[in-house]
Amino acid sequence: MIDFLREVLSYEFMRNALLAGVIVSAACGVVGTLVVLNRIVFISGGIAHAAYGGVGIAYFLGLNPVWGAVGFSLLSSLAMGYVHRKEKARADTIIGVMWALGMALGIIFVSLSPGYKADLMSYLFGSILAVSTGDLWLMAVIALVVLAFVLVFYRLLLAISFDETFSTVRNVPVGLLSMAMIVLIGLTVVISMRVVGLILVIALLTIPPAIANLYVREMRGIMVLSTGLSLLFMIAGLLVSYALNLPSGAVIILLAGLAYALAAISKGIFDKRRQIRETTAQKNDLELIR
Amino acid sequence: MERDGEAPIISLRNVWAGYDLDTVLEDVSFDLFPRDYVGLIGPNGGGKTTLIKVILGLIPPRSGSVQVMGSSAAEGRKYIGYVPQLQVSDKAFPINVWDVVSMGRIKPGFGSLRLKAEDRQRVEEALRQTGMLDLSKRSINEISGGQRQRVYIARALAAQPRILLLDEPTASVDPQASVQLYDLLARLNEEISILLISHDMTAISAYVKTIGCINRRLVYHRDKSISADMLDAGYECPVDLIAHGVPHRVLPAHDKDGERLE
Repeated sequence: MIDFLREVLSYEFMRNALLAGVIVSAACGVVGTLVVLNRIVFISGGIAHAAYGGVGIAYFLGLNPVWGAVGFSLLSSLAMGYVHRKEKARADTIIGVMWALGMALGIIFVSLSPGYKADLMSYLFGSILAVSTGDLWLMAVIALVVLAFVLVFYRLLLAISFDETFSTVRNVPVGLLSMAMIVLIGLTVVISMRVVGLILVIALLTIPPAIANLYVREMRGIMVLSTGLSLLFMIAGLLVSYALNLPSGAVIILLAGLAYALAAISKGIFDKRRQIRETTAQKNDLELIR
Repeated sequence: MERDGEAPIISLRNVWAGYDLDTVLEDVSFDLFPRDYVGLIGPNGGGKTTLIKVILGLIPPRSGSVQVMGSSAAEGRKYIGYVPQLQVSDKAFPINVWDVVSMGRIKPGFGSLRLKAEDRQRVEEALRQTGMLDLSKRSINEISGGQRQRVYIARALAAQPRILLLDEPTASVDPQASVQLYDLLARLNEEISILLISHDMTAISAYVKTIGCINRRLVYHRDKSISADMLDAGYECPVDLIAHGVPHRVLPAHDKDGERLE
């Protein structure tokens, strides 16, 4: 095992992959918690898929696709955030349309571009092993911005997530903050893109907080635990994919999904047992009284 | 309009309000004075929620004026401690009692993890007033409906409001806890004005100082009893609940023609 780890860490691409895992885990754990608690998983999926439009256009124009993804995910998070706030009744329909439109744009521009396009797959399905040192710096800066924002506005974000009306009555700028929160999702999507790909980002944002929420009853605790969980899934997924020669992004998500299923089932059994124990205890008490 | 030289803290003048093509409030005028304890009752769909939204400045009236503490609703609502109706979905949210109540201290531009000493003190005081201090570390899904309602009252109190505005405070609270809740409100009323809106007449009849009826229009005489003319005017107040099954009679005894018998 030690030899295996030493072998793995002797490669620069493996060390970069692990660092990328740490950065992405922190951003996904924190932002994913906000996504899950605000029930805007659909928006996060929409932003991630629409970002592919930017990848395609940048590729067509001969620019770095990462910047295309940055531009498009910011643009789509602003548009989806606006729809989410102003068009409550039809928001999911419109967001679904934007989701598919972005994807379609990307596919068309990629097909219009000449040449060999195998590397474009990495934006869709991730390629954590191909993260360069330059990528790492960009990811670290974006992650720091995201984490600093959440730290500074933690209580306001908690308040608007829990009770938007009460926050409005307390004159909290609810609209502005909730737009900012959705922009944070867009930024997190961009840095997660290299690790698991745009298609699987939605799972990395939602599965760790969903597991953490089963066991922890406080927002900051869920943020911390889901960061740890997501790091665990990434390291485990990375090692398994290396050992079995499978695509890393998909293995990471598969492990996370399995863990969620196990956690949910065991939690269900645990709760049921507790119910039975408490009911029996109450019955015993009653009999003692008689 | 003044009373004993005191200006009203909430004042609605000929307010019309609604959504899209639907008018929900028609020509509503209403004053709330310091130390008032007013219960407004009305059927579901009678405009109770709309009235609350208008007072809180969440929807603008189509015509007429709304003033809170002499300012516009959006400006004056910082003096209102809003206690919303309990929602089942709130329970799913992972948050403890202390953090909910600390939301009462929120002001724009503030929000970091750690609260200032003064804010912490106010939160503690509000928890003590409502008898929830011992449960402050409990998660919101581990306490009863009555306790949750107290937590929301504590959150409102943490903002040091001049007015408590309560929406259906006993809708999902068991009868015994309701009685305790009204005891708490009566104590708070020594310093704070209370406006309480409910469809449940039995809930408020025994406790409030004055009662009004809301069903699109508002009838309020600054009186404890609901007069027969209020009902005859077609406000569809829940008559059964008003006259029967309450600890004391709110509706004065009356004959078929609506004349008082006293």
